[in-house]
Amino acid sequence: MGKTIKLKRGHDIILEGGAIKVLGETPQIATYALKPANNFGIKPKLMVKTGAEVKAGTPLFYDKNNESALFCAPVSGEVVDIVRGEKRKLLEIRILADKEISYENLGTKTEISALDREAVVAGLLKSGAWPMLRMRPFAKVAKPGDTPKAIFISGFDSAPLAPDYNFIMQGKAEAFQNGLDVLKLLTDGPIHLNLRGGEHSCDAFEKAEGVVKNHFYGPHPSGTIGVQIHHIDPIRKGESVWYINPQDVITIGKVFTEGIFDPQRTIAVTGAEFGVRKYYETRLGCNIEPFVKDNLTGSGHTRFVSGSPLLGDKIEPNGFLSFWDCQLTSIHERDYPEFQGWLMPSYKRPTASLAFPWSMEKDTKFVANTSTHGEQRSFIVTGQYEKVLPMDIYPVYLLKAIMAKDIENMEGLGIYEVAEDEMAICEFVCTSKQPVTDWIRFGLDMIEKEG
Amino acid sequence: MLGDNFKNRIAEEIHKTLDNIKPHVSEGKPFHWLHSFFDGNYTFLFQPGTVTNTRVHMRDGIDSKRTMFIVVIALIPCLLFGMFNVGHQHFGPLVAATSDLLNGINTNSLSFDLIMEKVNALAAVHPALADAVYEATRKPLEENEQMAIIYPVLDHLANVGFWGKFFFGLIKVLPIVIVSYVTGLGIEFAIAQMKGHPIAEGFLVSGMLIPLIMPVTIPLWMVAVATAFAVIIGKEIFGGTGMNILNVALMARVFIFFAYPTYISGEKVWIDGLVDGASGATALAQGASGGVNAFAWSWWDMFIGTIPGSIGETSTLMIIIGAFILIWTGIGSWRVMLSVMLGAGAMGLLLNIVSLSPSIENQFLAVPFYYHWVLGGLAFGAVFMATDPVTASQTTKGKWIYGFLIGFFAILIRVLNPAYPEGIMLAILFFNVFAPLIDYFVVQANIKRRLAYAKK
Repeated sequence: MGKTIKLKRGHDIILEGGAIKVLGETPQIATYALKPANNFGIKPKLMVKTGAEVKAGTPLFYDKNNESALFCAPVSGEVVDIVRGEKRKLLEIRILADKEISYENLGTKTEISALDREAVVAGLLKSGAWPMLRMRPFAKVAKPGDTPKAIFISGFDSAPLAPDYNFIMQGKAEAFQNGLDVLKLLTDGPIHLNLRGGEHSCDAFEKAEGVVKNHFYGPHPSGTIGVQIHHIDPIRKGESVWYINPQDVITIGKVFTEGIFDPQRTIAVTGAEFGVRKYYETRLGCNIEPFVKDNLTGSGHTRFVSGSPLLGDKIEPNGFLSFWDCQLTSIHERDYPEFQGWLMPSYKRPTASLAFPWSMEKDTKFVANTSTHGEQRSFIVTGQYEKVLPMDIYPVYLLKAIMAKDIENMEGLGIYEVAEDEMAICEFVCTSKQPVTDWIRFGLDMIEKEG
Repeated sequence: MLGDNFKNRIAEEIHKTLDNIKPHVSEGKPFHWLHSFFDGNYTFLFQPGTVTNTRVHMRDGIDSKRTMFIVVIALIPCLLFGMFNVGHQHFGPLVAATSDLLNGINTNSLSFDLIMEKVNALAAVHPALADAVYEATRKPLEENEQMAIIYPVLDHLANVGFWGKFFFGLIKVLPIVIVSYVTGLGIEFAIAQMKGHPIAEGFLVSGMLIPLIMPVTIPLWMVAVATAFAVIIGKEIFGGTGMNILNVALMARVFIFFAYPTYISGEKVWIDGLVDGASGATALAQGASGGVNAFAWSWWDMFIGTIPGSIGETSTLMIIIGAFILIWTGIGSWRVMLSVMLGAGAMGLLLNIVSLSPSIENQFLAVPFYYHWVLGGLAFGAVFMATDPVTASQTTKGKWIYGFLIGFFAILIRVLNPAYPEGIMLAILFFNVFAPLIDYFVVQANIKRRLAYAKK
């Protein structure tokens, strides 16, 4: 029943610094935080004050435009800091975690078979688990009023250094199945569980029932949700598809099997700048300082990213992972000039082009850094994005429509089908160093406002 | 490693020097007008330490400078062969005439006056001989004393080899290259300074293309004027590199073609120092006048490129080497190159079929289609100019259509339009204009597919 999709176009960036598949002993993590301004693109209305005692599942804030979905504390403890930025933008709500987590009783514990859609929606909205459901188009928190035509779960991440869900999800088959059973009630269409073709997935995925399993072959961005939706059930204007990370499926299941908001996350600590790179069991929004401290090798000039080096939020060394992320990456901040760097590069740098002596080396692991490797220019080279984006889309034309604020053409050229996840690889390969993902977000925001 | 340390030391010293200069070209300082010039040179020497500032934290190693530079590298075989060929064309008839003359002298079959008459004729086209004649006649000398001065020069001339030809060409071609770069880059720097833009690398390629599509006899001032026209009218008024509609190098050529046609067409311009009585006609002109039998060269000569023509366009072999570099590095579109050749072949074949009709008198129609691939500037245009990504079609399907039509029309113009002996220049410019339209239809098809699905 599931499809097998073989993608030829794309590019795998092979980097030094992957996490070894070992569950490390999680260090003491003192604080957790939600980051309203950066993560959700919403107008948050705060519901707690500094000093308040919260439990896991206590509401912290809501969106003024969508009051029903609550954003809740991932741990119990004390709200120690509410960080605001320019124009009093709500940046972070920090919670000093209790040693022993106590949970808000949501009153949603029930037999899953006895649930209906209404109860699921209501339960998720108040539990704090709702924002884990995202929608396409826009790659934002799902709208409770919509009924998606399908729900997508990508069982693998093809981005460089990405965590391996087969490792993270192993032994969690039952909890995952519970979550799937809940999700099924949210859509009239199917749940698509997309797996990497040609490899044996973990039990949680292999044994999952009531889902359509599709297999994707091919390089990055085959693991991104937009590419998968495009090949299985493309989105057109007016339609929506929801998607969710595999780990969050478990959290959603627990809202009904145990009646609590328990957003556990196994995260991967990656990047060549870290000495120890393993998987750790933490919770949503964890502070990264314990993983950074005494773990830096090499340059000492490091950028920390919540997400992969290809796409993620830049965070401080004492910052917090973002809402949907289960990966912490370190990357060398290379902010000094290189003599004749464009002509005679002094080190091997990752490239999708064929213009370097090492372009044909298939097994080389590159050490990533943040250099742009050149200056920004107008669009010059053509066909470059198409080579790495396995979709029936003309990315440069789409970008130009966005730059021209031409909504009709943006729609015609497929703005509803893309978001940063797929387009990040286009930005990576761009000879002209154009800020592709920024433009895509600009276009999506405009469409959302106007359309 | 010692080598690396040395390089790093030098780099550090250069960077220190540039750091010292930098304050003097900053805003409000007396040398601010050199800011763009400084910046251009700095970024040429050092890849700046800019870091990613979007949610994508790493970028590919490739950049505009390396891309353009690889195209320049791909042009080097054509440039070097062009230099050799300028010498080869110059010395070809000269060597024959000189050998003839030497033969006459050695057999004593010529009178001294006749010898001197012939020497003077040859001296008009070859500077070394002119010097010798001047040396021999500036003061009264005996005939045999004059002969003693002139004879070794003639002897040397009759035995000129590869390097002699190459250096002659080098000296003729280098000034054209320099004028093209100095004019173009000068204007680019000035405009970048005026507009406060960084200097784009586009002219690195255009500056090399322009000399290669000129006849060697082109006056240098004309190169300068044409380059200025191409850069200002062809590119900068549209917004600079990446924004132009027409290929910049072809703009320079077409400017001379229409403003000073006698300097870039006809039979006299392709060989520097044409010996009296020798033909300077290109193979293209020969084909146009008498069909395949009028060619003075074989297909292989044309393929190797030892024929008269614009400096860099004659050698299909060197162009193929360049094409190989562009395709191997993924920088030139093989689709465009191949489709131009297919289009040209298709039109050539079509004309071959038409020529079977007895009422057709134009012999050029009957020239076998595979000659068209090695004649004139077709191959050069296909590989280096039609592929210019800024002015070509941008979509994959569009590239096939665009390339095919260029080849198709290039041969149509070449064979059937007596006013324009070579069609590739006009065909490329013509379809530069149409490329956005071709893309428009390809993109509209994509939009329609999407809308059709939405209606289901």
